[in-house]
Amino acid sequence: MAINPDYVGRTFDPSEPYEVSRVKIAEFATAVGDSSPLCRDRAAAQAVGYPDVIAPPTFAIVVNAANGARVTHDPGLGVNYAMIVHGEQGFSYARPIHAGDVLVSQTTIESIRPVGSMTTLTTVTEIRTVDGEYVCTARSTLVERGA
Amino acid sequence: MASYDQAEPGTELPPQQYQVTRRDLVRYAGASGDFNVIHWNERIARSVGLPDVIAHGMLTMALAGRYLTEWAGDPGAVTEYGVRFSAPVVVPDDDQGATVEVTGTVTERLDGQRVAVDVTARSAGTKVLTRARAVVRLA
Repeated sequence: MAINPDYVGRTFDPSEPYEVSRVKIAEFATAVGDSSPLCRDRAAAQAVGYPDVIAPPTFAIVVNAANGARVTHDPGLGVNYAMIVHGEQGFSYARPIHAGDVLVSQTTIESIRPVGSMTTLTTVTEIRTVDGEYVCTARSTLVERGA
Repeated sequence: MASYDQAEPGTELPPQQYQVTRRDLVRYAGASGDFNVIHWNERIARSVGLPDVIAHGMLTMALAGRYLTEWAGDPGAVTEYGVRFSAPVVVPDDDQGATVEVTGTVTERLDGQRVAVDVTARSAGTKVLTRARAVVRLA
């Protein structure tokens, strides 16, 4: 079953809230080699004007992990995950994600396009706080290799 | 730490090199929740046609992101960032792992103390990130 083109334009239900923790930010920063105290030490982050420790710029992918999996594994969407590679990724931030944020992600399928024997799937995910404050948009293109 | 006043278009960021070992892939899998087997299981990676275990694309993107935030002196300095994953970073099972080389160039000065930067990441002579552009807020 190929990726279902009827899904273009569909917006999925919002995700469950994701609580951003200082411990997780620090763990992620370590994993990507970012040694900044602003990712670990609340006082250091507050000293330069942030409300709490801040996450490095790709951290939104962690916030969106469960939501992204729910979307790409939607049975009606028809993605063959074994044939998927990550093609492109982009983030646009209104402000850095920080510890204490409680974030909700909501994904829309922007396009499904055949490219030779492959199909590209582009999704746009908006991430807001539970209070409705806009934080970030993540755009992702997955490429499904043809059989 | 870079300053906005000195970041003229054409300014080259100092190149950096990062080692990515199997251990780093395990750590990143745990931190990100991406446990795709091609990032830690050589047998399965080869069975799907890969030359060896490959790094998560998002880890490579994060390394180039760190390249920018260290240049700016602030992990919160990158307000926009996008990449295309053009080739995988192949990570052998040894103490060295893969070497990822990152370079960058300021392309434009924007308002609000921000600059646009193009970055390139290479590993084993191959470009692994292309169309990699960011907007970075500088001091």
